[in-house]
Amino acid sequence: MTSATHRTAEEIGRTTRGPRPLPPLGEQRVAGDLSHVDTELANGLRVLAVRKATVPLVEARLWIPFAGDDALHPATAEVLAETILTGTARRNRIEIDAELALIGGDIGAGVDPERLVLTGSALADKLPTFLDVLGDVLTGATYADDEIAREKERLVERIAVSRTQPRTIAREALQKHRYGDHPATREVPKAEDVAVVTPEQVRALHQASVLPRGSVLVLVGDLDPAAVVGDLEKVLGGWASDRSAVRLPPLPDLTGPTVRLVPRAGAVQSQIRLSAQTVPRTDPGYAALQLANLAYGGYFSSRLVENIRENKGYTYSAHSGFEFTDGTAVVNVDADTATEATAPALLETRYELGRLGQVPPTGDELESVRQYAIGSLLTSTSSQSGLAGQVLALASTGLGLEWLNEHPARVAAVTADEVAEAALKYFAPKRFTGVVVGDAGVLERKLLSLGDVVVGEPA
Amino acid sequence: MADPELVRYTLDNGLRVVLAPDATAPVVGVSVHYDVGFRSEPEGRTGFAHLFEHLMFQGSESLEKLAHFRHVQSSGGTFNGSTHPDYTDYFEVLPSAALERALFLEADRMRAPKLTAENLANQIDVVKEEIRLNVLNRPYGGFPWITLPPVLYSTFPNAHNGYGGFEDLESATVEDCAAFFDTYYAPANAVLTVAGDFEVDNAKKLIETHFGDVPHRPAPQRPSFAEPLPTTELHGEVEDPHAPLPALGIGYRMPDPINDVDGYLAYLVLAGVLTDGDGSRLQQRLVHREPLVVDIGAGAGLFGPFEARDPDTFTITLIHPHEVPRERVLAALDDELQKLADSPPGEEELRKVTARWTASLHSEHDRLVSRTLALGSFELLYGDASLVYKLADRMSAVTSEAVSAAAKALRPDARAVLVVKPASEGNNEQ
Repeated sequence: MTSATHRTAEEIGRTTRGPRPLPPLGEQRVAGDLSHVDTELANGLRVLAVRKATVPLVEARLWIPFAGDDALHPATAEVLAETILTGTARRNRIEIDAELALIGGDIGAGVDPERLVLTGSALADKLPTFLDVLGDVLTGATYADDEIAREKERLVERIAVSRTQPRTIAREALQKHRYGDHPATREVPKAEDVAVVTPEQVRALHQASVLPRGSVLVLVGDLDPAAVVGDLEKVLGGWASDRSAVRLPPLPDLTGPTVRLVPRAGAVQSQIRLSAQTVPRTDPGYAALQLANLAYGGYFSSRLVENIRENKGYTYSAHSGFEFTDGTAVVNVDADTATEATAPALLETRYELGRLGQVPPTGDELESVRQYAIGSLLTSTSSQSGLAGQVLALASTGLGLEWLNEHPARVAAVTADEVAEAALKYFAPKRFTGVVVGDAGVLERKLLSLGDVVVGEPA
Repeated sequence: MADPELVRYTLDNGLRVVLAPDATAPVVGVSVHYDVGFRSEPEGRTGFAHLFEHLMFQGSESLEKLAHFRHVQSSGGTFNGSTHPDYTDYFEVLPSAALERALFLEADRMRAPKLTAENLANQIDVVKEEIRLNVLNRPYGGFPWITLPPVLYSTFPNAHNGYGGFEDLESATVEDCAAFFDTYYAPANAVLTVAGDFEVDNAKKLIETHFGDVPHRPAPQRPSFAEPLPTTELHGEVEDPHAPLPALGIGYRMPDPINDVDGYLAYLVLAGVLTDGDGSRLQQRLVHREPLVVDIGAGAGLFGPFEARDPDTFTITLIHPHEVPRERVLAALDDELQKLADSPPGEEELRKVTARWTASLHSEHDRLVSRTLALGSFELLYGDASLVYKLADRMSAVTSEAVSAAAKALRPDARAVLVVKPASEGNNEQ
């Protein structure tokens, strides 16, 4: 096709010398300890500041519990997140953007039923300016009427786009199916709710819920941790309240085994989304559970990926991973498959769940997930932004940098018996609930024949 | 940015090597860039470069199917590969103890990949699922990277779909794979990059051990993909069964990214002036003041800058409400470009863009995988990995006049306008 003369595939795939042995691993240095401060400001805000001077930047993550049970809360919170950076008493929208741009900076806001998160970064020597803008927004966001009106219009359009995304549709169906009408399910607000949100409601929500007590600020980068705490006391001192940020009510424990087929006419691909209750990082059995999950579907060399992607070609992406909410955790199994491959893929997915408990990982398979858990933590925390994200995930459940430093040793100590126990206990197929979103006309008979499947929109 | 240490040399078989030691974290990145992307696919074989990328993970002489993944991950590492218009990259990031292992894995597939009918059939299925996931089953799938080029360009290499049509993918043969490998996957057509925690002398020794005996084959002649500039406004239309709102993709030609770096950078700065942040010109006017669009973005390259040779595409993409006529959006866009053409942007306006670029380059450099890949792709495309460290200064040196000239060149009579129409119903028959 491209060259006049080329070797055959057979000739290309062999050499006179033959196969060569895999080289052994060399010496591994450990990551140096990072100097850090983990403290609480006078206003109750927990601050984790970590010095990591790899590049002249600072990464910031502010996590504020932001639950609400009012029917309009999701829409109001979404409008707040879209407009919190659109003006303060001291700066209008354009001035906020200009000031951040000139320091190589950025701040973005995102909200979900559990929390409001502000994510930002700036050139390290401009940190004082960055913190000044952040403090100004937290204490003085004005939510001007015209900004609210315009952002509401755009939000309605964006929600329309978002609701056509298969992954959004599948996520919404899963949430409803497993949690009914718990506030946690309201991840994408309804367009008609957004339309009726008023500027007064947004300002009131900021007053009532953008609170330091119970919130966490993570700063990672080329900074002096001790000094930055003093700066924060000054800059964020005016951000204060007796009340604590609002946490989500506890989620109910999941129970299997019913999987719901949610019709999406004409879809060329289905979304399989299974879910079961597990335990959070604070549980002594977490490290073993983590390894069991990796072996199941948590990384590319896992049983699930090898079976339904590499062996059968049913899917491009299959994955299992934990979802942590407050003090609880579930494991989610995701795969997107062609319509004709959906029922066989669900069958194999359940089969691999069962097999994990009956034929648990040992030997090479166990050592592989162990090394991956340790190594991937090392690489994911080697950049400022990766470390900031990891520290925030820990801090939001009450843990700190110590957990990160100690975790490799915990993973190293996990035994095969502990992994087998975790697999049997948490990965039993009957424990999994979930949804399959796809073309019900084609799928219904086949899925129903597998058992533990119901059809229809979640109530 | 202070220039970190960079060692560049070439093995006897023609393999170019870039070493970028940095001991701040005990991890190492390894990548191999091959000088072939989807612009080099022959007609009737759309999607082949990407399909072949998948096959390179399926085994080689010393490595059974799945062994590559297992060895990288059981050493604590992560891996991937990606296919671009003009190159294909393969990479691993691992704890530094696994450096030799990563070199061994890359060398083995450069020397003797196992290209079998069974793996080919399986990966055709996987790639089709990838296309369903990323293109066919989602709103705005493949927009604009698949749908805009056929409007702007007239020759097959530039205009065709790099993901490939299902028929073309299904007709790929093992014979095609062998020809493609022997032609394009020669060591003399590749760059090996190692970045992170290692000793230079030791790395050189290991590289010689593992890559030194990969036999030399001549690098293929690289054709020019040049084609004439459009002389009129070109129009195209696609129906999107999943899109809730209409979208526009506007494509312009750009200066040669390789031979006119500063001209190219002026367009990057222009993209920032137009759409980067609330204060940018198009965000202010089209999103906030008038408001005519829901979202708008401008940028160089179909996937980002610095990943293609000439011709490269300057794109403006936007989503707008049904009730806004697209003529109004285009008129407002052209009006803003005209203003920039008539009077250059101010000093502060440029500094906002270049300060954010500087920070984002630092941030990219901080992620070992991004740093490794940037060094490799710059060595391959520009013949100079060290340009990565000079970009921030070169960006900052772009003048207001250069940005104004770039805006002036974005003429309505030399562009492509792609209209994405939401389909009321129906779906892709695939």
